[in-house]
Amino acid sequence: MTQPKPEPDVPVAAGAAEVATVPGVAVVHGGGVRREALHFAVRNRKLVGGFVVVLVFLLAALVGPLFASGDPNAYVGPAAAAPSGEYWFGTTTFGQDVFAQFLHGLRASFFVGVVAALIAGVLGMVIGFTSGYRGGLVDEVLNMITNIVLVLPVLAVLMIIAAYLEVRDVQVQAVIIGLFSWPWVARAVRSQTLTLRAREFVDLAKLSGMPVRRIIFREIAPNMASYLFMVFILLFGGSVLFAATLDFIGLGPTEGTSLGLMLNQAKQWSAMNLGLWWWFIPPGLGITTIVGALYLMNVGLDEVFNPKLRET
Amino acid sequence: MALRVQDLKVHYRTLRGDVHALDGVTFSVADGEIMGLVGESGSGKTTLGKSLIRMDSRMRHVGGTVTLDGTELPIGDTEAMNAFRFSDVSIVPQYAMSAMNPTRRIGKMVRELVESRKIRFSSVRDELNRRLDLVGLDRGVLDRYPLELSGGMKQRMVMVISTLLNPSLLIADEVTSALDVSTQRAVALALAGFRDHDLVRSMIVITHDVSLVYQIADTITVMYAGRLAESAPTDTLVSTPRHPYTQLLISALPEVGVRYGGKRLTGIAGSPPTLLDPPSGCRFRARCPLAFDRCAEQPPFVEIADNHRVACWKAV
Amino acid sequence: MGRYFGRKLAIYALTFVVAVTINWLIPRFMPGDPVRAMVARAGLQDPAGVAAMREYYTSLFGFDLPWWQQYLNFWGELLRGNFGVSLWAYPKSVGSIILAAVPYTLGLLLPAILLSWWAGNKFGAYAARKKVLDNAVLPIWYVLTATPYMWLAILLAWAFGKVAGLFPVGRSFSASLEPSFSWLFISDLISHWFLPFLSLFLVAFGGWAIGMRNLIIYELEADYAHYLGALGAPQRLVRRYAFRNAVLPQVTGLALQLGVIIGGAVVTEIVFDYRGLGYLVLEAIKTSDLFLLQGIFLFIVIGVLVANFIIDVVYVLVDPRTRVGMGSGS
Repeated sequence: MTQPKPEPDVPVAAGAAEVATVPGVAVVHGGGVRREALHFAVRNRKLVGGFVVVLVFLLAALVGPLFASGDPNAYVGPAAAAPSGEYWFGTTTFGQDVFAQFLHGLRASFFVGVVAALIAGVLGMVIGFTSGYRGGLVDEVLNMITNIVLVLPVLAVLMIIAAYLEVRDVQVQAVIIGLFSWPWVARAVRSQTLTLRAREFVDLAKLSGMPVRRIIFREIAPNMASYLFMVFILLFGGSVLFAATLDFIGLGPTEGTSLGLMLNQAKQWSAMNLGLWWWFIPPGLGITTIVGALYLMNVGLDEVFNPKLRET
Repeated sequence: MALRVQDLKVHYRTLRGDVHALDGVTFSVADGEIMGLVGESGSGKTTLGKSLIRMDSRMRHVGGTVTLDGTELPIGDTEAMNAFRFSDVSIVPQYAMSAMNPTRRIGKMVRELVESRKIRFSSVRDELNRRLDLVGLDRGVLDRYPLELSGGMKQRMVMVISTLLNPSLLIADEVTSALDVSTQRAVALALAGFRDHDLVRSMIVITHDVSLVYQIADTITVMYAGRLAESAPTDTLVSTPRHPYTQLLISALPEVGVRYGGKRLTGIAGSPPTLLDPPSGCRFRARCPLAFDRCAEQPPFVEIADNHRVACWKAV
Repeated sequence: MGRYFGRKLAIYALTFVVAVTINWLIPRFMPGDPVRAMVARAGLQDPAGVAAMREYYTSLFGFDLPWWQQYLNFWGELLRGNFGVSLWAYPKSVGSIILAAVPYTLGLLLPAILLSWWAGNKFGAYAARKKVLDNAVLPIWYVLTATPYMWLAILLAWAFGKVAGLFPVGRSFSASLEPSFSWLFISDLISHWFLPFLSLFLVAFGGWAIGMRNLIIYELEADYAHYLGALGAPQRLVRRYAFRNAVLPQVTGLALQLGVIIGGAVVTEIVFDYRGLGYLVLEAIKTSDLFLLQGIFLFIVIGVLVANFIIDVVYVLVDPRTRVGMGSGS
């Protein structure tokens, strides 16, 4: 299983590595702009706070399962024990260690979040870029497809696909979530591309005979890098929620565990009625904290990149 | 004297410190005068325009006074300024293309705006129609949404709205920069028409385009890096400019109305100093071909001929 | 305007075709053999019974026909309103089971969606103008919108149902009652409805309030707001315009959020054993009643498409520009 990559230290630098140079034109996205963004990024409490929280959970997801090795679903302790020194988050009615399940579940959540966000992000970018940049018939067709997938209720589609899968794992889950989460990205990227395409530095690149692909990746993409990074964060949070929802309705991974699956089992085995709050509080709190921290980072990034919001 | 501005200082607050956007500006505009205010972007000309009517939240009035028709304007107090806005000082903004609420019919928006100022709409209704005729707009535009109007139509509509209450002073901020060259002239002449019909007493036309103000302005004032460089009657300034910056500006005007690579005037090497921590002495010193020792000392803005003022040691 | 709606309807019709095709494709082209899986999960020991069941399922899916005929038959049955027979509640038809459950889901969804949208917009706009209030409530909204629907539902069920004992948890009305127009039944119905409604409402509310707050701040920085300010218009007028304009994207947002909120309703119903579509989803998954699941899927798609069209109509009514700009604008 591939591990999710740690977040880059400097969110702003992602994707903006190459600065296009068009001779004789003051480039709007020069190094100064990025340095300034970095200056505000490290001073933005929302961004840094959210980032730290995500990082802590990520570390727990990466390192935790090494300490709590073994099958997280094994019946290891006394049944329905409250949190104690030995079992930090208590045990389930079957004597499973909730803390061990939590750590393994975190790992699954991060994996689904990152992979699904990457798939949806890349799909959305490619489709949106192409649509906005090429225009004409290509735009019409891609726009039509985008609109159709946009209207389709994603969860219902995922539900029907997952139900027919006999063996489900986090990888497949991540892929199907990614395959159906891109339309709003494509839409947003398309309109961004349309406005950027009209800017003069792109015209100049065209005049100088740059091929389309180079124009997109060297002229347009760097200008959108900050925006795309925010898109990725939102997709990440959304995918974690989607996966948890699927797991909860009983379409989670057939092996292993996940935060959603923990909630599913807690509900299925009446943890609420039995008062086993330690069974359903940690997984839900974990999801809420991760997704909330991601949203917080997004707000912070918005302030970093949007000077109007920054001033107040 | 309609407008008198005395040693006006306005700063911009930024996280890196105060930007001294206006650093002691003194001038006056006579009754019936159209003053052209010229400078490159960042020279403080738009800040000056905004200061006279409505500062944005980052601007701070640091010093100096603004007197209009003998009354001092409370320019630093955004609430108290409301009494003067629209009726005494008005503005045709840079963004005239998007100045009208997109989801209101124009007539309804004007009515709501006028009534919000406690003025009965019926009392200005006829005047509104007359002015639409004056700028050549069909009266039917009042029943339309801004999106149904062309750029030139929107521009003229905003001019009509802004001047509806016959302000003493109208600030026209880069009114033509969003238009194509053929409409630019028509709009410029329409502006002058408002003054000629005595609908507006005096006017400040802010632009980076010297050739535009040359057509309509009585006097031209040149700004550089937060200060005034030169001020003179239009013909004098264009024919015998005395400040080296003005001279370069005029000489860099081979093609009327053509702009190069954004808003920067071309032909002058270097760029203006940062106003975060402005250098002492003459601010044009670093780019000036005539600079000499004395330029380390700030030159005063003095009258060297009738109504011709310059801030340069070489011109004194 | 006709062209606008024509285009929208074409998209919706295409979406429906795509949804039906997905529904038809998945059992046929997913890895694995759905018939074998369903038979296996039925847990029959008797080989004759297994064989009979195999044959039954195969004919239900129509696997014995050429694929194009299967596809046409699928549409034919669908257009006749035949969604198949449920295995979970054999021999009831999928259609009748869904129709019986839909009122409960709509009863939860409609008030939750409409009220959260209305309250979120009002409150978001209100908070946007008060710095102190804004700083205080914004984090709460972000927490709410980051909360998974089922977790908030579990927390509410546990806190107000189990610990405080204020509301009953489980089913749409007490098992001992028969539906009737009596006060007893209606109050019972409402007390079962309240917590699931509340958890749906709260999560959605946070999202709308954040959206409105951000839109208002954006609108107040728009050129028309600055122009009005420069002409001395009072803040009241500027805010009124800003609110009106900010509501428009929120109407569009309603369409985009439908799928998410429906997902929220499904899991909330599961938490509360509320007898709507969500409950059917859970039962269908537990008993491998794939016909029922597919029926629910199509039903949700149809519901979303209808709702989208209603929102399109509403948008045209509230945004005057669509009426004048439809010919020329995008």
